[in-house]
Amino acid sequence: MTRHTLSVLVENKPGVLTRVAGLFARRSFNIHSLAVGPTEHDEISRITVVVDVDQLPLEQVTKQLNKLINVIKIVELENDASVQRELLLVKVRADAASRTSVLEVVQLFRAHVVDVVPDTVVIEATGGPGKLDALLAALEPFGIREIVQSGTVAIGRGSRSITDRALERVSRSA
Amino acid sequence: MVQGPHPAPPRTPAPPAPGAPAAGASTAGVGQVVAQRAAAPAAPSASSAPAGEVVTGAQSIVRSLEEAGVDVVFGIPGGAILPTYDPLMDSKKVRHILVRHEQGGGHAAEGYASATGRVGVCMATSGPGATNLVTAIADAHMDSVPMVAITGQVGASLIGTDAFQEADIVGITLPITKHNYLVTNPDDIPRTIAEAFHIAGSGRPGPVLVDIAKSAMQAMTTFSWPTDINLPGYHPVTKPHAKQIREAARLLATARRPVLYVGGGVIRARAAAELRALVDASGAPVVTTLMARGALPDTHPQHLGMPGMHGTVAAVAALQKADLVVALGARFDDRVTGQLSSFAPGATIVHADIDPAEIGKNRAVDVPIVGDLKEVLGDLLPELQREQGQHGLPDLEAWWKQLDAWRETFPLGYEEPSDGHLAPQYVIQRIGELSGPEAIYVAGVGQHQMWAAQFIKYERPNAWLNSGGAGTMGYSVPAAMGAKVGQPDRTVWAIDGDGCFQMTNQELATCTINEIPIKVAVINNSSLGMVRQWQTLFYESRYSNTDLHTGHGTVHIPDFVKLADAYGAVGLRCETKADVDATIKRALEIDDQPVVVDFTVSRDAMVWPMVAAGVSNDAIQYARGISPAWDRED
Repeated sequence: MTRHTLSVLVENKPGVLTRVAGLFARRSFNIHSLAVGPTEHDEISRITVVVDVDQLPLEQVTKQLNKLINVIKIVELENDASVQRELLLVKVRADAASRTSVLEVVQLFRAHVVDVVPDTVVIEATGGPGKLDALLAALEPFGIREIVQSGTVAIGRGSRSITDRALERVSRSA
Repeated sequence: MVQGPHPAPPRTPAPPAPGAPAAGASTAGVGQVVAQRAAAPAAPSASSAPAGEVVTGAQSIVRSLEEAGVDVVFGIPGGAILPTYDPLMDSKKVRHILVRHEQGGGHAAEGYASATGRVGVCMATSGPGATNLVTAIADAHMDSVPMVAITGQVGASLIGTDAFQEADIVGITLPITKHNYLVTNPDDIPRTIAEAFHIAGSGRPGPVLVDIAKSAMQAMTTFSWPTDINLPGYHPVTKPHAKQIREAARLLATARRPVLYVGGGVIRARAAAELRALVDASGAPVVTTLMARGALPDTHPQHLGMPGMHGTVAAVAALQKADLVVALGARFDDRVTGQLSSFAPGATIVHADIDPAEIGKNRAVDVPIVGDLKEVLGDLLPELQREQGQHGLPDLEAWWKQLDAWRETFPLGYEEPSDGHLAPQYVIQRIGELSGPEAIYVAGVGQHQMWAAQFIKYERPNAWLNSGGAGTMGYSVPAAMGAKVGQPDRTVWAIDGDGCFQMTNQELATCTINEIPIKVAVINNSSLGMVRQWQTLFYESRYSNTDLHTGHGTVHIPDFVKLADAYGAVGLRCETKADVDATIKRALEIDDQPVVVDFTVSRDAMVWPMVAAGVSNDAIQYARGISPAWDRED
C-alpha cells in the first residue's frame, strides 16, 4: 500500500466531517491522518486526508467521496508537487544540566521553545513526517514526556489554486 | 463538470413570481392559508422585495410537499411530527395514508416510487418512529429507489439531551441515504425539501431524509418555494462521453460472443424503449438482472433470462463464455458474478452507469461510460449502426447456435413435488399467466421471490418490484400497497412467503380501510424456505429454526384465511393443483377489498438452477447434482 494525500474541499456545514470520516470507515479505507480547517472562503472548509491505499482503491475513495453532496472537489497532492506539513508539540525533560543540549537540538531543527518551567520545556516544530521523526529521535535521550501532533496539511506548489473553480460554484449558490 | 443551476422540482400550478406577496395570508387562519394558496400566485407583484406568505413551519412543510408535486404520503403521526399533521389534514393535494407501522410506510413509498417512477414520500415522528423507517430507507438505498422521508425531531433546544423519543436519525441514516438534513430553522424548510426531492429523483436515485425539529414546525416563518436549486457539490453527469460511446459501439459491432448485461438502472432511467432498439440493432443476447426484469420483454427472442445465483443456465453461461460484456446500469453484484475472479473471464468489459463509483468498483473495466442510460443507449444506437455500416453486421451465428443449445438443454423448469402437495412454481406461473403482463408483481424475499422472477413473464418495466440489494423480508405487502396507490387501475399482486408475510401483514388493515385492493398470494411452505433450502444443501438437512407451523398438517398458526378475515380482507385457501386456476380467478374478480390467498405448497421444492455462494458461476447446478458439461459443448 502507498500513502496518498487528498485535499477535499467541502461545504462548511454541520456534520460534513462525520460524513467523510464515516465513509472511510464503512468502505474499509484506512485514514493515516486527517486535518480540517477553514479556507479563504467562509463557505468552504478544507479537509486534508492522508490515506494508505493502492491506486485502484484510491480511485474508489475519490469516487465515493465525490458522491457526498457536500463534497465540492477532491485533488490528490503529489509529494514532490506540494508542500506538506505537520505541527508537533512535544514536552521534554530539560533541567539545568540538560537544557543547553536540548536547546541545541531545537536550534538544529529550526524548532521553537514555547513554554519553559524549571524541569521541562515544550517545543513546537513543523515539518514533514521525516523531519519530525528525526527531531523526536534526537530528543528521545532527554526524556519525552508528552507528544501531540496534528494531521498533515498540504498545498500545491506554484501559482495555481485548487479553490478557484470551487469558489465559482459556491458563489453561484450564495 | 461545472453546470448551470438545476431547475427546481416540478410543482403542479405555475410557481408564484418571487416576491409576489400572498394577499391576506398573514391574517388568515391555519386552514385558510393552505386553502388560499391557489389564489396567491395570481396576486400581482406589488413589491420587488422577496417575501413569502407568513406561515408556521408546519404549514411550510405541507406547502413544500405540495409544491414538490407530492400527491401521497405514507406515514404515522407522533409527538414530534404532530404540528405538521394539523395543516396536512387540510391539504387538498396531499393525500396522507395512515399506515400501521413506519416500516410499512417506508416500503409503501418505495412501492409507489418503483411502480410510477416518481419520488415516494413517507413520514414519521422522532425516535422509534424514525428508526422504524431505517430498514425501508436502507432498502431504497440499495435499490436506488427515489424516496423522501420526513421525520419529526425533538425541539431544537432539546437536541442532544436524550429527550423523550429523541434519536439521532440523521446520524443513524448517514450511511444509508443519498443525503440527509437536520432542519432547526423554519426558514430553511422550503429550500431543504426542494433539494431533497431534487437529489432523490435525479442522477442515481435514492432516499433522502429530512429531519425537522418540532420547534421549527411551531415557529412562524415565511414560505416561498425556491425557483432553482444550487448544490455546488452535486452535478450528476448525464451526457456520456462521445469517444467512449464510439469505442463501445466498435466493440459491440465486432465482438463474436457479446452479451448485454442489463441492470435495474435501465428501468430507473426509463430507458426500456432505447434498450429495445439497441438490442434489435445489435443482435446480441441479453440477460436482465433481478432488478431489471421487464426492462426487455421476456418474449424477446434474444432474451436469455436472469443471470446470477438463480439465473438460467443460458444467461449464466453466456456471461461466462462471452468475449464482450456490455453492462448497462448493472453493478456486478456478488449475486450475479459469483466468485468475482472467475466471472466472465474472457470478456472485455464495457460498463455504463450514471454513478461513476460503480464503474470499476468490483470488476476492472475496459470502456467506462458515465451517463444517464437513456442518453447512453440513445447515443450508442446510431454509433453502432455506423460501425455496422463499416464492418457489416456481426456474425453471431456460432454464438447463437451455442446459446440456443443451452436454452434447449437447460430450460427453466421444476419437478412435481414427491409429497403430492402443490408445486409453488406452478402457482406462481399461473398467477402470472392469468393476471397478464399489465399487472404489477411485488415479491417478498426468498424462494418465492426467485420463482416469481423466473416463472412470471415480464413484458414491461415497473411491472416487477422486489427488494433486490437489501433482501428485505416483509417488503411485499406494503410495497404492493404503495404500488396500487400509484397505479390504481392495475392489478397488483403481492407474491409473498409465509415468513415474509408475517413481518408486515399489518398493512392489510391500511389496505382495507383506505380501499387499496391488493391481492396477496402467500406461497405457504410452512418454512423459512430459502434458509431451509440452504440447510438441505449445506447443513445436512438439519432444519434449525426454519419451521413456521403454518402449512399442511400443522397447527396453522396463524391461520392466514382467518387473519385475512380479521383484517376485513377476503381470505381464500388453495391446496390442490385442480383448484389453482379457479382460486386465482376468484381473487382476480374481487376488486373492492384486499384478497389473501393461502397457497399451501410443498416445503421440499427448491430453487434451481443455483450457483452456491462464493463459488464460480462455472459450477452452476441445473438441478441438485446436475451441472452442465461445458467442455463437451465448447
